[in-house]
Amino acid sequence: MPAKTPLRLHNLGIGSLHGVDLTVAPGEIVCLSGASGSGKSRLLRAVADLEPHDGEVTLGDLVQGRVPGHRWRAAVMLVPAESQWWAETVVAHFPPEHRLDLTPIGFDDAVMGWSVSRLSSGEKQRLALARAVARQPEALLLDEPTANLDADSIRRVETWLQELIRERRLPVLWVAHDQAQIERVGRRHFRLRNGTLEQA
Amino acid sequence: MDVIELSWWELGLASLLVVALAAVAHLARLGLGKDILIAAARTVLQLALIGLVLEALFSVGSLHWVALMALAMLLIAGREVMARQKRRLSGGWAFGIGTVSMFLSSFTVTVLTLTVIIGPDPWFTPQYAIPLLGMMLGNTMTGVALGLDRLTDGVWRQRQLIENRLMLGESWSQAIADIRRDAMRSGMIPIINAMAAAGVVSLPGMMTGQILAGSPPALAVKYQILVMFTITVGTGFGTVAAVMAGSRRLFDERERLRTDRLHTVS
Repeated sequence: MPAKTPLRLHNLGIGSLHGVDLTVAPGEIVCLSGASGSGKSRLLRAVADLEPHDGEVTLGDLVQGRVPGHRWRAAVMLVPAESQWWAETVVAHFPPEHRLDLTPIGFDDAVMGWSVSRLSSGEKQRLALARAVARQPEALLLDEPTANLDADSIRRVETWLQELIRERRLPVLWVAHDQAQIERVGRRHFRLRNGTLEQA
Repeated sequence: MDVIELSWWELGLASLLVVALAAVAHLARLGLGKDILIAAARTVLQLALIGLVLEALFSVGSLHWVALMALAMLLIAGREVMARQKRRLSGGWAFGIGTVSMFLSSFTVTVLTLTVIIGPDPWFTPQYAIPLLGMMLGNTMTGVALGLDRLTDGVWRQRQLIENRLMLGESWSQAIADIRRDAMRSGMIPIINAMAAAGVVSLPGMMTGQILAGSPPALAVKYQILVMFTITVGTGFGTVAAVMAGSRRLFDERERLRTDRLHTVS
């Protein structure tokens, strides 16, 4: 069963950021915004343990430094703004025998046979989200998940993610630019300024 | 049959041809004229020196001196492996990984060949040990250098891809598997090709030398086959070991990709 555990950041520090304390409840979406270079992406990288950093992150009983790195990242999954694809076909990037319905984000089953080279940037972004949630993570870190989408797809992806997050009770950090999107999806919103989080 | 003596003035004649090539290169503005002359001078100097060293070594023939010579050859090969990488692991790891993996593969295979197969008495007789080790190291060095260069360069170019795979929960070893396989292949392919072309396209240098020195071709061929096998084994295992160790070093204990451990040499 999906975890029902909060994601806790305690005294986290990376780059110019320091002393970040934050608790994200299961099923809650916390939005992060800030000028470019304020360290939003690096903060997510620290939570996913992709860079050396200070402080502690826990997901329920799971403590970041106490489980192998891949085990942690399989639970606390970061979806970057720019996705990378290593195999020829879409299906090779998904776990075998996943049962994720892709119709809500505008794909039918045939998409699995598509070649990656013919995907548009918008399709890549939607499929990158799909291949991440298909791996059954227990928390999500989304770095501008709708940056490459048109207005219509943005609303579809938002609705799909919100439902999924509520259903699976995932704690989520969502980096966004658009104020309207932040109001639509986030219960709480923080701005990164002068190396700390400010509640907005 | 005795070997026909070569005198220094006869070598001088051959060197005139090299000078002619350098002149042509200079006139054609290849930017290689000086390089050719310097390299030719280095050949003369280095080979003359090694000739003196080998003569001394053969007359002494003690294990200490053979071991010292082997160590010097290993360290020079290690330096060469490092110099051939565009992006190197910093903090002495580029030299360390290359040297240790060459030591493990070349020395093991050479000692095994000497003691079990050729069997000179004593086993470290320098006439056998030094040329054999030299051929092993020379080829292993190429394989290890190619493998490590391909590994570090591939990781640098595809660092975002590797990180994306890590983000999806893959282990470091899964995330780098494609690049690692590529690096091992590129280290091993030259020697496999050399084996496949031996005798058809190229007459291997060692065999040619042995025939020139008066050996019956059948014996020279047997030695050449043995040498081909041993250098393939040495190169193969050396490349595998170096690429495995190098790829491990590119990740830390949290399985993070650490491209900050690479530095680029211009």
